[in-house]
Amino acid sequence: MKALMFGWEFPPHILGGLGTASYGLTKGMHANGDMDITFVIPKPWGDEEKGFAQIIGACNTPVAWRDVSWDYVESRIGKYMDPRIYFELRDHIYADFNYMRLNDLGCIEFSGRYPDNLIEEINNYSIVAGVIARTVPCDVIHSHDWLTYPAGIHAKNITGKPLVIHVHATDFDRSRGNVNPTVFAIEKDGMENADHIITVSNLTRKTVIEKYGINPAKVTTVHNAVIPLDKELLEIPRSQRKEKVITFLGRITMQKGPEYFVEAAVKVLQKTKNVRFVMAGNGDMMDKMIRLVAKRNIADRFHFTGFLKGKQVYEMLAESDVYVMPSVSEPFGISPLEAMEMGVPSIISKQSGCAEILSNVIKVDYWDIDAMADAMHSIVTNKALFETLRDEGIKEIHEITWEKAGKKVIDIYKNVI
Amino acid sequence: MKSLSFCFKIHQPFRLKRYRFFDIGNDHYYYDDFADDEIISRVAASSYIPMAKVLLEMIEKSNKKFKFAVMISGTAIEQFQLYVPEVIDLFKQLADTGCMEILSGTYSHSLASLENVEEFVRDVKLHDETIYRVFGLKPKTFANTELIYDDDIALIIKSMGFESAITEGAKHILGWKSPNYLYSASSVPSLKLLFTNSKLSRDITRNFNNPHWHEYPLTADKYMSWIAALPKEEQVVNLCMSLDTFGTFLPESCGIFEFMKALPHFAKEMNVEFATPSEISKKLKPVGEMVVMHPISGVDEARDVSAWMGNELQKEALRKLYDLSERVNLCHDRRLKQDWEYLQSSDHFYYMSTKNLDDGASHAAFSPYDSPYSAFTNYMNVLADFTVRVDGQFPQEIGNEELNSLLLTIKNQASEIEELNKKMASLRTNILNADDTVYSKVEAEPKETAPAAKTVAPAPKKSASKKAASATKKAAPSARKPAPAKKAPKK
Repeated sequence: MKALMFGWEFPPHILGGLGTASYGLTKGMHANGDMDITFVIPKPWGDEEKGFAQIIGACNTPVAWRDVSWDYVESRIGKYMDPRIYFELRDHIYADFNYMRLNDLGCIEFSGRYPDNLIEEINNYSIVAGVIARTVPCDVIHSHDWLTYPAGIHAKNITGKPLVIHVHATDFDRSRGNVNPTVFAIEKDGMENADHIITVSNLTRKTVIEKYGINPAKVTTVHNAVIPLDKELLEIPRSQRKEKVITFLGRITMQKGPEYFVEAAVKVLQKTKNVRFVMAGNGDMMDKMIRLVAKRNIADRFHFTGFLKGKQVYEMLAESDVYVMPSVSEPFGISPLEAMEMGVPSIISKQSGCAEILSNVIKVDYWDIDAMADAMHSIVTNKALFETLRDEGIKEIHEITWEKAGKKVIDIYKNVI
Repeated sequence: MKSLSFCFKIHQPFRLKRYRFFDIGNDHYYYDDFADDEIISRVAASSYIPMAKVLLEMIEKSNKKFKFAVMISGTAIEQFQLYVPEVIDLFKQLADTGCMEILSGTYSHSLASLENVEEFVRDVKLHDETIYRVFGLKPKTFANTELIYDDDIALIIKSMGFESAITEGAKHILGWKSPNYLYSASSVPSLKLLFTNSKLSRDITRNFNNPHWHEYPLTADKYMSWIAALPKEEQVVNLCMSLDTFGTFLPESCGIFEFMKALPHFAKEMNVEFATPSEISKKLKPVGEMVVMHPISGVDEARDVSAWMGNELQKEALRKLYDLSERVNLCHDRRLKQDWEYLQSSDHFYYMSTKNLDDGASHAAFSPYDSPYSAFTNYMNVLADFTVRVDGQFPQEIGNEELNSLLLTIKNQASEIEELNKKMASLRTNILNADDTVYSKVEAEPKETAPAAKTVAPAPKKSASKKAASATKKAAPSARKPAPAKKAPKK
């Protein structure tokens, strides 16, 4: 089966959970066998993992004819893709886009990030999708998140193949209710034109059905999984400490509920002094949190690390005794799964998607700071609870594989073809 | 003639309320009265009361040919007394017919038999005293919490003076043997063992209301014919089931009560008699000894004790609980003792199970918690507060042995004073030549002085402690006599 996937991020150059999930899913589907996947991203960097999918960069796809030689193409974009594909794509240009700002190969430039002119970039991506859809044969089209829905719809109109869209998040999660009308319109358009919708949790599925008015019959949940961490990361040594460390790790924004973490910390510190709290990450609520910590008079036990990247994240987890994710609204939330794999017991909010599949964690309502404080206190004071959560957690995570998720997606493909 | 023995178990725990760690040391009331009240009232209305009436009717209609046994935990009796006393009245009526045997067991439905022998003996004694007080019956056959049994427990049961015990006919223990005989314990051959027939028990509890079962629907006629058709040598069938299954899991509308009512008639027709476990163990001779190396129970697929001790959380909680037992037994605070009973209920540990699949589902179905981890957290918080209270009575710095000897001297001195008082009294009476009025006055005196002497606690006397050591040992059981009829827990 041939699938044409549109995505926005791909590891190692990722900005959020979307890239990791797209990568994991593609790899998991490939592992099921008999899948031929072409993955389109705005801008490849050349160091993406290949082998399980063919990666095409939108920024390397010509939309206007340029008379260039094989050698020239090879020298310009050879490290991103096979020049042969460039010439095949060039044969399928469907309109004259010379009025646009193009480079020497007839391609549109993409930032591959979330620039201010994001809407324009989304449109350009959709133009490029027209060329790709005409070139690459496929049985099904798969769009990851709202940025690529227009491209998916475009490709569907050209090829007549079914469109599956993958909702990794909705604007309701990102904005806590204050949706951006433009984004909402793009999302709704994508959902209505899709032949099937995949959501990452039942929570998101409910949002799609209730807030976007989509027929429940065409919305299916496929929970995310976790890519096994490298041995190198799993073996990061823990330093010997007497004090316990409870960690919040993520963007410090309204969506992630950092204030509940601080309030719970206050409660724990009233009873026990043997604990330190760490808030790792950055975000628009960071200053407010620093002020709150100072006001509650716990600054001696509460630490901010700022933004952590790459290996630092795992070093932080390795030093932690408890991981807390008090998200107010989280479509899925992959980080507790990573924490668990690192052997760190996790406390997660019931309002996060991953709570639907995890059982060896402590689940609390994000607003229930009493319950959250209680859970923190129990894990740090109770060795048996810590050890059980740690050992059972690791076991549980190893059962959650992308291969199983990939199988479900393939089954959905079979239904829509 | 084949004997059929029904055994119904009745138990309700005192459920814990949500207890946060910052309540530790501040709030000493642990129970969710609302949930207890709601659950026991609901179950009584749909199950205990109608079922008790059915049993009464069966006894009357069959001319007292129908007999059965119940095991009823002390905590359940307390809850009945608090919330639905009419259930107690019905069971008193049943007891008065003489057709109901009440089995011995643990007061709090505890796991003490696996953890702490002294505690186990104490718990059983308390249970049997309660049964005698409430129903006027002395239990003769022993049925442990959820039929937990192994060779070691057999020794304790025998030492408590029981002649017979009932336990689960677990497949991995019986092997090719049939549960339908009387056996004896391998560790104490004089203890007779009755094994429940789990297949026939389950046919009622699980399959009666299961349309996918190939024998569905089950009729009294059919059921009795199965029992009658057993090989001639198999003389006894023991059935053990939860009484609340009737009327809740098997709702009245599925006809379960009518099924029960029809049983005595077909039993008579097919020449099957009803008997209580004690009658059976008296009537039959054991056919062989049964070795049970590892504890078995009637719970979960594995039929072992993994439902309560299957994971680290459960083991830790049990360990921490029974670490306190010695100290709690030294205490005299009634509320502390009461909490000690309630905290031992096996249910608290059952909720902490992390099993999956079918077993996990039934654990979750009964659990008031949303996960085993919150069950553990809550329990450990309560236990932490309880520990604080025990420490408040006897500071932790003092070792158990030291504490014991101190308490012993205090007690010895009290008895010594009593003895001296008596001596003095007799001397006085000698002097006054048995003047009646004086005699009575003096006798009243020691009673007043004894409690006062305890509080004084003078420095230990070496000579006295040795002499009195044996005396206090004899006195120990009476000193440990549990608090009579507990009052309704106050908020």
